[in-house]
Amino acid sequence: MSDLLKFNLLQAEKAIKNKEFTSVELTNAYIKAIDDTYSLGAYLETVKEKSLDMALKSDKNIADGVARPLEGLPIGVKDMFCTKGIKTTASSKILDNFYPTYESTVTQKLWDDGAVMLGKLSCDEFAMGSSNETAAKGNVKNPWLLDKQVSPGGSSGGSASAVASRSALAATGTDTGGSIRQPAAFCGITGLKPTYGRCSRWGIVAFSSSLDQAGPLTRTVGDSALMLNSMAGYDKKDSTSADLKMPDLIDCLDKGVKGKKIGIPKEYTQDGISNDIIKFFETSINWLKDAGAEIVPVSLPHTKYALPVYYIIAPAEASSNLARYDGVRFGVRKEGQSLDEMYELTRGNGFGEEVKRRIMIGTYVLSSGYYDAYYLKAQKVRRLIKQDFDNVFEKVDFLLTPSTPTTAFSLGEKQDPLTMYLNDIFTVPASLAGLPGISLPVGLDKSGLPIGMQLIARAFDEPGLISTAQVIENYAEFNFIADGAAK
Amino acid sequence: MNQVSSNNSKKLKPGQIQGDTGLWEMVIGLEIHAQISSKSKLFSGASATFGAGANTNVSLVDAAMPGMLPVINQYCVEQAVKTGLALNAQINNYSVFDRKNYFYADLPQGYQISQFTKPIVGEGEIIIDLDEGKQTTIGIERLHLEQDAGKSLHDQHPTKTYIDLNRTGVALMEIVSKPDIRSPQEAGLFVKKIRSILRYVGSCDGNMEEGSLRADCNVSVRRAGEEFGTRCEIKNLNSIRFINQAIQSEAERQVEILESGGSINQETRLFDTSTGETRSMRSKEDAHDYRYFPDPDLLPLEFEDSWVKGLKESLPELPDTLRERLVLDYGITPYDAAVLVEEKDYVKFYEKAALGRDGKLTANWMISELFGALKKENLSLLNSPVSPESLGELITLITDGVISGKIAKDIFAEMMISKKKPIEIVKDKGLEQVSDDNEILKLIESVIADNQDKVKQYLSGKDKLFGFFVGQVMKVSQGKANPGIVNKLLKENLK
Amino acid sequence: MSNKKSIVDIQTVNKIARLARLNIPENDKDNLIIDLNNILEFVAQLEEVETSNIEPLASVTGHKLPLRIDEVTDGNIEDLVLQNAPEKSSGFFVVPKVIE
Ligand SMILES: [Mg+2]
Ligand SMILES: [Zn+2]
Repeated sequence: MSDLLKFNLLQAEKAIKNKEFTSVELTNAYIKAIDDTYSLGAYLETVKEKSLDMALKSDKNIADGVARPLEGLPIGVKDMFCTKGIKTTASSKILDNFYPTYESTVTQKLWDDGAVMLGKLSCDEFAMGSSNETAAKGNVKNPWLLDKQVSPGGSSGGSASAVASRSALAATGTDTGGSIRQPAAFCGITGLKPTYGRCSRWGIVAFSSSLDQAGPLTRTVGDSALMLNSMAGYDKKDSTSADLKMPDLIDCLDKGVKGKKIGIPKEYTQDGISNDIIKFFETSINWLKDAGAEIVPVSLPHTKYALPVYYIIAPAEASSNLARYDGVRFGVRKEGQSLDEMYELTRGNGFGEEVKRRIMIGTYVLSSGYYDAYYLKAQKVRRLIKQDFDNVFEKVDFLLTPSTPTTAFSLGEKQDPLTMYLNDIFTVPASLAGLPGISLPVGLDKSGLPIGMQLIARAFDEPGLISTAQVIENYAEFNFIADGAAK
Repeated sequence: MNQVSSNNSKKLKPGQIQGDTGLWEMVIGLEIHAQISSKSKLFSGASATFGAGANTNVSLVDAAMPGMLPVINQYCVEQAVKTGLALNAQINNYSVFDRKNYFYADLPQGYQISQFTKPIVGEGEIIIDLDEGKQTTIGIERLHLEQDAGKSLHDQHPTKTYIDLNRTGVALMEIVSKPDIRSPQEAGLFVKKIRSILRYVGSCDGNMEEGSLRADCNVSVRRAGEEFGTRCEIKNLNSIRFINQAIQSEAERQVEILESGGSINQETRLFDTSTGETRSMRSKEDAHDYRYFPDPDLLPLEFEDSWVKGLKESLPELPDTLRERLVLDYGITPYDAAVLVEEKDYVKFYEKAALGRDGKLTANWMISELFGALKKENLSLLNSPVSPESLGELITLITDGVISGKIAKDIFAEMMISKKKPIEIVKDKGLEQVSDDNEILKLIESVIADNQDKVKQYLSGKDKLFGFFVGQVMKVSQGKANPGIVNKLLKENLK
Repeated sequence: MSNKKSIVDIQTVNKIARLARLNIPENDKDNLIIDLNNILEFVAQLEEVETSNIEPLASVTGHKLPLRIDEVTDGNIEDLVLQNAPEKSSGFFVVPKVIE
């Protein structure tokens, strides 16, 4: 194993600036790691030449003493981000020939801060899924227990698998109902979903506009602080983006949690949650107590309705957001005799099963006669869910929950869509309320698969989220490396 | 269409149709799409200009590329509010943008961003002027902001349709009337009035040929006093003449169906300008479930009362109040005032010409002489060879007695051609009125001498001949003699 | 949202697929009907939540809709606009003939 792969993002950032190694050396190590872990299927597209060009430029900047915050650090990009001149498919057949002429705001900010682009990472098709099995180019494998073939989670499964397998130093993801936090938990890494509005959605393929949010997948909490520093920020091209300055998250490290109140929602320890996860949940509570936090039992009574609300709102928005994939201006067209036939064949052929299922559900719940009963009802219950959080955040500073009810399941295990949907039961509520959440690894279950804990904070309290997550990270001392990681 | 006629009975009023089984009346509601006179589009920074090369005024947002997002244009919001104020309508400080979902080749997003349940402007009303000085009030249901669609060209290729997205996303105000309109004539007057208000406000140029103003007409028929019938919507009419024709023929079609025992199918129809009839629109057949929902890429539009108040104060004088003022300030008839306020430019011209002069005479000259002459030359007032100042000077020459009304017409004709000032023409051609008693007396004496037989008849009681003498004197003076003085002196000398 | 309403049958699937312009192979329809009914039954549990005095929540952001100045800042990029088009001709997108 190249020694260079051992450095996490924060460490590599310092080492490069101290000229311990060059960006070209580091980038080459990752390009080799990508080849070594090719069978995981994390990457849809690599751009070696471009990667090395960027690395070379970074080395020059460092030599010139004008290093930027992420100078020379090689990262991967979820295929939901449009990247100029680089094929962007959202893991869908329908975009198999799409080369954006523009760069998403978030990735542009990363390049502007000196990051080196390694390539595009697989995900569930249009980010719809929790196992990465809906990707058009086939599922991604979790590098943990490689011979057991477990799912990396989804939808940012390629991003999580790449970071866990050390074929990317860090990666971008998007989270709509848990798509950063759940795969991070499954792959034993850290995934942060910022507050809705913290990162610009401009240039990110839209799934569910009122929920989608970009965030980092990294090895450590400190790494996610460094990544989010660059990704976040107001963008006047996104009307839902928040015009708020985020404090430097690196300053939030090593702040501790003394005197903070941590709420433990009773609704998050339900039937069906694995014993190992319960055990680590209790352990994590004790760590926080030990670090000087006050533990407060709380209740979020509408938690059980979060999934039904989500599976109305997200498909409804998706059915409309995906209407633009019609074979007229971009994407793969399937010819037909009439315009309508062309639409139906293009979309019927271009979208996979899960995407079609969600478009059907979304179209149904918005259609005349059903709107009030489904869509409007879901929006009302969404308010109740948000109010639950507003209420508890008057009493506590953070909420601690498990990230998922189980550890990573085997690929192909969950055939029935509803069973799959239940996987997001702990991540969806915070998404509906627009709150920031982070999942970080705290240990392994009996079979050797990672367990993730989730912290949820008040809107725009990413600084507090980072400080508190780091406390758990320090106690957990999660130093395991996936058996499928680059050697 | 022989059993239905709109003109075989003298008693029929506009909007009535005589069927075999009785009298029918039309119920009409209009949806006017007015393009806002903004530089850029409603949700993107591409130009909203008409007539550019295909797909040039298009941004990636307009083309609905993946990940593109809308950002609203402040000017368009202001214009909608100003227009709402001018329509005496409720301004909603909280409104919501919805997606109207349907598939069409020139609708790149697969939805139109519009406003459905919470429009920016609510109910209002306007007054329209009917014949013989009568007026009627037409209710406004709402005004909302929405995106225009692109353009499909069906005649470029035998088996293909070509798509130009230049218009895609251009800001429209959709102004919806209540079903208060009862005849094609009223519909035309309503559109004219709305167009006039839009031009005063400056929110839309009202140019129907370029498509800045289009109307969808909802037409139904009913027997007098009965409930509303099923309506059909005729799409995208871009002239007042077509609005008239389309409504009339659609209403007649409906009466014919109902009279023969059929029922009306609620549908969208197209007006065929070549046949003058409407036909069912195939492409819209199954598109009736629009699945409206609030656009999650946009937040509700909210503003303060004080902002609305500021916009209200910035509004110009509007046609109705302007008209009252013209009647009061210039003593002209309400009818003449109505003609003058039709366009902002008319009033501007008129007030310049009439300043410090005889308002009534100026209005007469402007409406009958100037407008008549411009129409004959196919010119607009903006390109008039006669300036308001020149017309005013001409009026002054008349009221000062320098020239007669008859001579003035000749001078005016000359002004239309040479653009010269009236006083120059008068001087060049020696057209000043002759008001000198002695000079006129000489003319009278010669006329009397030449017409001794008529003088005898006159003196023996044939009073009517007086006019003949006046005419003769004017004739020999080449029209320059002051008619008042001619009259006076003739009376004294014909004894 | 009674269970009656949630029953998706073949007619419903055909109607919704048509609205969404999705060609669904006949063989897939039976399974799709089962999946859709299961999902709709699952989300129907919202029925038990009392919401009569609750305003729907469309957006979680706390700010007002930002307004942009009316300036031409974009466009004149027809090459970029058309670059990914499956079919184009003399500056236009091209689709099968539409009959209005
Ligand atoms: Mg209409
Ligand atoms: Zn409209």
